[in-house]
Amino acid sequence: MLRNLFHDASRKNMILVSGYVSPEPGRCVQCGICTYNCPIGIDVRLHAMRGEPVRDSRCLTCGECVTLCPRGVLSFEKASPASLKQGTGR
Amino acid sequence: MMRRYVIIGSGAAGVAAAETIRTLDASGLIWIVTADPDGYYSRPGLAYYLTGEAAREQLYPLPNHYWKELGLRWHVDEVERVDPEGHRLVMKGGKDLPYDRLLLATGAKALLPDTPGINLEGVLKLDTLEDADRLLKLARRGQHAVVVGGGITALELAEGLAARGMHVHYFLRGDRFWSGVLDETESRMVERRLQHDGIFLHYNTNLVEVLGRGGRVSGVRAKTGDDACEMACSVVAVAIGIRPRKELAEQAGLLVGRGIRVNQCLQTSHPDIFAAGDAAEVLDPRSGEYVLDSLWNPAIEMGSAAGRGMAGRMTPYQKLVPVNVTRLGGLVTTIIGQVAAKRDALLVDLDLPGIMRGDSEVFRQHPDAVVAQSLHDGSRLRLYLSGGRLVGALIMGEQALSRPVQRLVRSGEDLGELVPQLVAPGARLDEKLWEFVKN
Ligand SMILES: Cc1cc2nc3c(=O)[nH]c(=O)nc-3n(C[C@H](O)[C@H](O)[C@H](O)COP(=O)(O)OP(=O)(O)OC[C@H]3O[C@@H](n4cnc5c(N)ncnc54)[C@H](O)[C@@H]3O)c2cc1C
Ligand code: SF4
Ligand code: SF4
Repeated sequence: MLRNLFHDASRKNMILVSGYVSPEPGRCVQCGICTYNCPIGIDVRLHAMRGEPVRDSRCLTCGECVTLCPRGVLSFEKASPASLKQGTGR
Repeated sequence: MMRRYVIIGSGAAGVAAAETIRTLDASGLIWIVTADPDGYYSRPGLAYYLTGEAAREQLYPLPNHYWKELGLRWHVDEVERVDPEGHRLVMKGGKDLPYDRLLLATGAKALLPDTPGINLEGVLKLDTLEDADRLLKLARRGQHAVVVGGGITALELAEGLAARGMHVHYFLRGDRFWSGVLDETESRMVERRLQHDGIFLHYNTNLVEVLGRGGRVSGVRAKTGDDACEMACSVVAVAIGIRPRKELAEQAGLLVGRGIRVNQCLQTSHPDIFAAGDAAEVLDPRSGEYVLDSLWNPAIEMGSAAGRGMAGRMTPYQKLVPVNVTRLGGLVTTIIGQVAAKRDALLVDLDLPGIMRGDSEVFRQHPDAVVAQSLHDGSRLRLYLSGGRLVGALIMGEQALSRPVQRLVRSGEDLGELVPQLVAPGARLDEKLWEFVKN
């Protein structure tokens, strides 16, 4: 139930969250739920495995990956709009 | 001459070793020999495959071309024997493979009880992708399933079967869930959520026999206290713990304990043979004891350290305080370091005679420490404090503190004035911890 509530909340947060997705690789078990649920197909798991933040300019910051990761690997780090625009993409 | 590396096992430890070797030796020959036809996939992810949260193909973190780029050779077969003096191994299919450096990354296997009927079709465990496929094939909406065992895997089985529409009966031999690691409040929190999801809990209940018809499971005979009963079901799922796969090492005459004994650089008692992951038994620097883990990230870290040693760069493996993040009845739970609520935690958990998946023997160590706990908003925080430091923590529900607490336990930082504040009666631990980490 709670999960569904969070899920809806995250949708409302679309583009409202400014920041980028940052992983803590030591917690990731490579299950792939984040990648599976990213609406624009970013391989979030690969970022988590390599310990790299998602600095992809296509990232919607919709929070799907952050919310659905069952291991608390992903979180939003604050970033200025300028630093986000420099996203490299993959 | 090119060095020949052979790795037995395609799990987290084996693959991490292969990747590390390749970064240090561009031309060496690297073989992965595995008994698992599905190769490398996320084993903790199997639980989410069962519930339908992850698709099967999503469990493979690395694309096929990756292995080619790494220049690995794969061979699917079971290794039957290792000959340390002849530097070769023999496979079930008859193939003979020579090596210069060998890694035993053979993992652990799920135990089955010796209950009559345990070999009937429809008795399931959750060890491999093949097991998960079988479970999904046999799970039938509206039919009954019995789950026995303890800890994370038993829950994953119960939740997976319930998610597939089965009526799940979870038999607990004792009077509460996972008593080796959780305290009573926490057990009850999880149990209530399971019941809310429609899982029937049967306390103090022992599986006596699995009944069959035509070679397939048709029911179980069980005993609750002195009362015997029979129940019809089509599936019996079992998770009573795991055992390191140490047979190859044992037969090769290597030193073994409960797992394959390794030194700090993950070398076995034979200098050209290394071991890593769930199969290995390593020295825990904090307790001075050899311990077993079944944890994804330590397996990767061990695999990498062993790979470095195999490529000639011996590097001590730094065993960190173990951490697992898991979901118990839908409650996200982080377990860090020593958290056993009682001494002899293994003895008090009738459902789990040893460790299981996602577990560490360190979790069962009962610290000589002061405990502080709080519970609010449906969340739980339990901390163990010893010598002015945090030595273990369990965080259930709200996870905002999970990362900072993990850092505090792993660093062994002196908490100074925070300690008396935490152990003061009625203290709000979360608030005190936030104040501390923010300063
Ligand atoms: C259902 C489940 C849930 C889990 N949950 C968690 C969790 O919540 N958190 C966590 O951290 N960890 C969890 N784990 C544990 C984690 O997956 C293991 O710790 C990790 O996979 C260990 O990696 P390994 O490489 O040592 O062994 P394994 O991944 O077990 O790999 C062993 C390999 O050796 C091969 N092998 C064995 N013997 C032979 C032989 N004789 N010849 C050829 N090949 C052989 C096997 O086929 C396999 O490929 C879970 C595991 C499972 C199955
Ligand atoms: S969902 Fe979380 S644990 Fe799973 S692969 Fe993504 S980051 Fe890792
Ligand atoms: S925040 Fe949304 S768009 Fe960005 S990586 Fe995560 S799921 Fe994909």
